[in-house]
Amino acid sequence: MVKIAYFDSSNSLGESTVMASAVTYTAEWPVLVSIIFSPPQNYPLYIRSVPTENELKFHYTVHTSLDVVDEKISAMGKALVDQRELYLGLLYPTEDYKVYGYVTNSKVKFVMVVDSSNTALRDNEIRSMFRKLHNSYTDIMCNPFYNPGDRIHSR
Amino acid sequence: GWMNKHLNLVPALVVVFYELDWDEPQWKEKQSECATRVEIVRQSLQGRNTKVAVVLIQKKTPLPPGEDVIASERAAALCNACDLSGKSLFVLPHTDHLVGYIIRLENAFYEHAQTYYYTEIRRVKSHKEFLNKTTHQLLFVRHQFKIAFFSELKQDTQNALKNYRTAYNLVHELRAHETNMLEIKTMAGFINYKICRLCFQHNTPLDAIAQFRKHIDLCKKKIGSAELAFEHAAWMSKQFQAFGDLFDEAIKLGLTAIQTQNPGFYYQQAAYYAQERKQLASMLCNHDSSVIYPNPDPLETQTGVLDFYGQRPWRQGILSFDLSDPEKEKMGILSLQLKEKNVLHSELIITLLSNAVAQFKKYKCPRMKSHLMVQMGEEYYYAKDYAKALKLLDYVMCEYRSEGWCTLLTSILTTALKCSYLMAQLKDYITYSLELLGRASTLKEDQKSRIEKNLIKVLMNESPDPEPDCDTAAVKASQKLWADRVSLAGSNVFTIEVQDFIPFVQCKAKFLAPSFHVDVPVQFDVYLRADCPHPIRFSKLCISFNNQDYNQYCVVEEAYQKSDILEQSSQGTMCLVPGKTRKFTFKFVAKTEDVGKKIEITSVDLILGSESGRCVILNWRGGGGDAASSQEALQAARSFRRRPKLPDNEVHWDSLTIQASTMIISRVPNISVQLRHEPPALTNEMYCLIVTVQSHEDTVAKDVKLTAGLKPGQDANLTQKTQVTLHGTDACDESFPALLPDIPVGDLQPGEKLEKPIYIRCGTVGARMFLVYVSYLIDTIVEGKEILCKCHRDETVTIETVFPFDVAVKFVSTKLEHLDRVFADIPFLLMTDILSASPWPLTIVTTQLQLSPSMTPVDQLESYVENVVLQTGESASECFCLRCPPVTNASGVATGCYIISWKRSSPVESVPVVSTVITLPHVIVESIPLHVNADLPSFGRVRESLPVRYHLQNKTDLVQDVEVSVEPSDAFMFSGLKQIRLRILPGTQQEMLYNFYPLMAGYQQLPSLHVNLLRFPNFTNQLLRRFIPTHIFVKVRLGMTEDNSIMS
Repeated sequence: MVKIAYFDSSNSLGESTVMASAVTYTAEWPVLVSIIFSPPQNYPLYIRSVPTENELKFHYTVHTSLDVVDEKISAMGKALVDQRELYLGLLYPTEDYKVYGYVTNSKVKFVMVVDSSNTALRDNEIRSMFRKLHNSYTDIMCNPFYNPGDRIHSR
Repeated sequence: GWMNKHLNLVPALVVVFYELDWDEPQWKEKQSECATRVEIVRQSLQGRNTKVAVVLIQKKTPLPPGEDVIASERAAALCNACDLSGKSLFVLPHTDHLVGYIIRLENAFYEHAQTYYYTEIRRVKSHKEFLNKTTHQLLFVRHQFKIAFFSELKQDTQNALKNYRTAYNLVHELRAHETNMLEIKTMAGFINYKICRLCFQHNTPLDAIAQFRKHIDLCKKKIGSAELAFEHAAWMSKQFQAFGDLFDEAIKLGLTAIQTQNPGFYYQQAAYYAQERKQLASMLCNHDSSVIYPNPDPLETQTGVLDFYGQRPWRQGILSFDLSDPEKEKMGILSLQLKEKNVLHSELIITLLSNAVAQFKKYKCPRMKSHLMVQMGEEYYYAKDYAKALKLLDYVMCEYRSEGWCTLLTSILTTALKCSYLMAQLKDYITYSLELLGRASTLKEDQKSRIEKNLIKVLMNESPDPEPDCDTAAVKASQKLWADRVSLAGSNVFTIEVQDFIPFVQCKAKFLAPSFHVDVPVQFDVYLRADCPHPIRFSKLCISFNNQDYNQYCVVEEAYQKSDILEQSSQGTMCLVPGKTRKFTFKFVAKTEDVGKKIEITSVDLILGSESGRCVILNWRGGGGDAASSQEALQAARSFRRRPKLPDNEVHWDSLTIQASTMIISRVPNISVQLRHEPPALTNEMYCLIVTVQSHEDTVAKDVKLTAGLKPGQDANLTQKTQVTLHGTDACDESFPALLPDIPVGDLQPGEKLEKPIYIRCGTVGARMFLVYVSYLIDTIVEGKEILCKCHRDETVTIETVFPFDVAVKFVSTKLEHLDRVFADIPFLLMTDILSASPWPLTIVTTQLQLSPSMTPVDQLESYVENVVLQTGESASECFCLRCPPVTNASGVATGCYIISWKRSSPVESVPVVSTVITLPHVIVESIPLHVNADLPSFGRVRESLPVRYHLQNKTDLVQDVEVSVEPSDAFMFSGLKQIRLRILPGTQQEMLYNFYPLMAGYQQLPSLHVNLLRFPNFTNQLLRRFIPTHIFVKVRLGMTEDNSIMS
């Protein structure tokens, strides 16, 4: 069980620390979670991988997966906005990992990389994890001290 | 061996071509010769099942079968002689339809070949039936493969695929052991290739992909001998590459791939395994150089070829799993390892990567492409081809930078820095160092510190310390390069444009105001901030402007001493302390020529190092800012974050905004301009506008010039209808300009006042904008510098122009009745009415009626309204009696024009008189046959005789018969001719005298006169009424008035 919480880093004066939200996963923790800011910048707001060794490789994986996300978003553009599914599903499989994507209406992307051998995480689990992640992201955005576009820190 | 045999050596069908016609005279000889040839072929085939066929090349067209008796006889004989069935004998007539015959032959041969392969398959199948699954496992695979292979040769792809699949399953049923692992994998790989290829051929790419995935999943873990693990990686790489090739080939033949499923992924994976192979090889094959290649070579076989694919050369034909000869085994492995050492892994990897790049480019994966290019660059770096590595890394760097992936950028930069170090590429080395020290780099402090120290060394023209984790031999070589570079005297100045990357010094330039008056010094600040771990000194800061004359004023320079460079004093002006914002304030006096222009900072140059040693010019285009700063500025602008208080004269970097340009505007004028006038203006009058200019300057305002007139930029028609002059006494005409530019007025002493009247003539009504612009020169002193400033003040005024009056003109009869037409030769009245519309009193100086030649006045045409003053709303009327001689044309006759001379009533005598000409309307003139006019007193009295004389005038050239009658009225008795018929000669008149005797007082109707013209039935009494009175006022008798008053 892994617990992540987001908080605002703005208060260097220590006046008040605002807890944004806490996400609890009962399922096994994915290899990597990333939130990527909306275009045109596309830089990561938050990126964290659990095995910290070989982190660079995962960063590259997330970055390259944006190709597929972009393509899926542009294909979706034709569909009605209301009926859009935010969950993009499996982006592409590599030999050892599976990359899943999710995109909010404001084009903020969530990417998750999961070990291919991890059979506990099925589509439904991934979907609900994304939804939780989205909720916590929304909570952060609701924080008046958070400035959209700033990197997110986790505690 | 076996496949080669069946592909290239053993034929399915041998065809003997022989020239023989059916009617050949020497038939017997030819027949036996042909038979011998067939026999020779048979002999050489040594009992293989190969089919033999004979083709007779004939010159004649054959008859339809069954008709040529000789032919069928001879054919049978030939078949007999050659021991052939009738089906294997063909005829190829060498005639016109050669191609058609050839196609038919080809089909026939194809059928024979298929039969051959069919029998071969049957043969193999019959072998297989004798086999036992437990003992002949290996042979099972072999036979199954053979069947599939023959099917493929038979071009029966469906069956081939089916058989290959069975063979594949059989391979995996084999008992795998370290010794035969390679053989199994080789076979599995081979069959898999065949299956995938056939799947693509059958246009079932998904089957191919599924088969390949199954194959990889099955074989991934079958590494085999640990000492030869690189062999497995090589094999895996080969599998992926082969599949990628197959996929690519299928695409070339029309298959469509998608972004997430294209050959690129397979090439990428192949490259990944190639990398693994390289790693394993470097781990397993790092033998001492003393280890020599074993002799005799265990990889050599007696025949030079292997009996079976995938078997070890030193262990051929041995089926048992245990190692019979451990020594031989060891030598074999050693020799394989040594061979692997010589493989150029990097080259293999790069080829695979570039294949993948080409694919991803096609399928819209720019980031994947970049990632692979980074890997290629890194591989080139390992292969010691630093130039190529740098080129690739440099190419993709900006994409990672623009997307803000700092960790990835840092890792690429680190590799690039190593490359540039190893090549002693100074400029690249400095550029990468600058960026690695910058805020986008995620390096640890100690790394940054090391890089900064190296950078400082380079700036002092010394060799930097080597980068960590570099090949020692390469470092040695590069140290020599650096030494050479250091000793080289020239080309030690580098200009680095920073807007494309994120250097460790940030710069923001800011003018203190968006505009400066020319008599105030222009001020701006340059803020610098360093992100590196240690303070850094710079030797010069200079700013360039669009007007280069200012460059000289904006330089900060310090004599540079070598010993100071490492002294970490943070107090020096030329030192940037990490995390602290340094501010440099500059001030200069703008040139007077630049008034109205923009001064722009074109670049900021920060010079690190010295010109004597090595110097780097950091060049910011415009007012600073690099690749990341615009995004940062946006974030800062959005942020509500509270910034902690800082001591005075320190500022928050984020709160600074760049202001790279300022306007130079003219000095504030210190004079007043006032306008005096009496609006609105009246059309065509000389409207007087009095300009009062008063100087409030402390010194003499020199060269005062006045520009006055219509403000430019209005309707073009206004320019033609407006005239401006300085002389108001005489009216101006169209030739005068609408704007009087630069009227010299002379100098103005302090406090002096000047008045200048300006006269404006507006030809049309409407609003106009007038501009009064006063400019002058004045000396001022700015910062101890005397400059001559040009100042100006302008005033605009909108003046409305209105008509001074409305003139109404009408024609009336002598009875003052309105006329819409006049009758020839009969007098009528012209009435004019001048209604003042001006808010100011007007003086009508005089009026004049100018008649056209066709009109004649009845009496004197003198003006009745001379020197009349009209207030607003008042009107002046005149009346003229005119007559119009008969005219021929029926349409209107010009009347003439009415000229009003007027002026504004003003105490000033000099106001000129304006003449307004009003063209009178045309009038329609009609002639009448008879004119009647009556002669009667202006009033009558009750019971007093009232004589009335009617004049009937014949206006025609004809003698007129006239019937005249008088109808009695209640109010009158009368005497005279009540009804008469008479004749009037042309041009003469007849007089009729009546004596009316009024009976009643008041306004009474006269007895009406009726005239009837026999020749002109149109002449009605209606017309007559126009000329003669119908009523008269009758007064009471004088005596009676008194009686009445008494009575009442």
